[in-house]
Amino acid sequence: MRQTPSQTVGPYFAYGLTPEQYLYDFKSLVGNRLVDPLAGPEAVLIYGRVFDGQGQPVSDALIELWDAANRRFGRFGTGTDPDCRFLFHTVKPGSVDGQAPHLSVIVFMRGQLIHSYTRLYFPEETDANAADPVLNAVPEHRRQTLIARRTPAGYEFDIYMQGERETVFFEI
Amino acid sequence: MSQPTIPLFDREVQPPYLAPGYKSTVLRAPTQPLVVIPHSLSERTGPVFGAANVGPLDHDLTKNSMKNGEPLGERIVVHGRVLDETGRPVPHTLIEIWQANAAGRYVHKVDQHDAPLDPNFLGTGRVLTDAEGRYKFYTIKPGAYPWSNHYNAWRPNHIHFSLFGPNITTRLVTQMYFPGDPLLDHDPVFLSLPPKGRSLLICRFDMAVTEPHFALGYQFDFVLRGSGSTPFETV
Repeated sequence: MRQTPSQTVGPYFAYGLTPEQYLYDFKSLVGNRLVDPLAGPEAVLIYGRVFDGQGQPVSDALIELWDAANRRFGRFGTGTDPDCRFLFHTVKPGSVDGQAPHLSVIVFMRGQLIHSYTRLYFPEETDANAADPVLNAVPEHRRQTLIARRTPAGYEFDIYMQGERETVFFEI
Repeated sequence: MSQPTIPLFDREVQPPYLAPGYKSTVLRAPTQPLVVIPHSLSERTGPVFGAANVGPLDHDLTKNSMKNGEPLGERIVVHGRVLDETGRPVPHTLIEIWQANAAGRYVHKVDQHDAPLDPNFLGTGRVLTDAEGRYKFYTIKPGAYPWSNHYNAWRPNHIHFSLFGPNITTRLVTQMYFPGDPLLDHDPVFLSLPPKGRSLLICRFDMAVTEPHFALGYQFDFVLRGSGSTPFETV
């Protein structure tokens, strides 16, 4: 049977997919707390922005995060933060299948007819990253687009749809 | 790690990233080729939702946000199945639903279309497929609405859907259209699909589920990537 084709999530997904975040009167399926941010020292903030081809931050993207190591899922729209950031409270995952620790990221937005898959890796995992089969499938000069930046607040992971720093997206 | 065992996106029916007729793709479509990666547990797993995630009225958008009466518009019932590419049902999988009201207005605060909101219609819901992959929900037929893509641009009537399936490779966000809608020939979002993909997003009027004196019936099946034998683990 033929796959059902994808269509864009459009600009008006918020009351359906992230209602509580956008203050609509409907219960959210999931939010951006994969763990309680006060859970302890292991809880970290993952945040970033999505940039279009003109370097403008996208205010109507939907980001989903899948942590396969801990089987946790989160979802956040970029339309409620004044700087168009997405924010997730989670823990740095352990390794799965011998890969470097990473989170799977799915990007949806108006102007994307089909969603994009990428991964977030951690900068301090130098050795594990160097041996990671997925990072090694990526041309070396583009690997850095998949590695988050450690900041005092947590990890920053900006997603560039186009341009010199265009994020690597996967066919999975 | 293993080589992909799940079929990739079928480019004969799936839309491209870049479809210049749909203007916002121009600055948002990735320009570099996608990198094919071996599948690991990261790709063979995904979030699992169940009955606890679906409220008692979530499958009835005509009732789940009533304030002082029934929502306005044409009541419809939409049903069908969620299948994999081999035709096997995908049981107990979540479908999220959102749409405009009968006047073509979204509740979303960014929607500035000069059409009335309906106090009794939020336009969002959820439903789980049963053991045979079947689903059914009630709603109001959404109206067409104008948008700013080009002069006199109108979106055809459509309902938005989000499905998960067994793992993150089966994730699907799409829109279902209605048969005979004259706007389909003018809509760059719909026309972004390769010709073979277009009919796959148009539901079928279904007299068999049309409920006398109550609601018109439409039938629509979803086909997710992959096969039911795809290994996956539940949370």
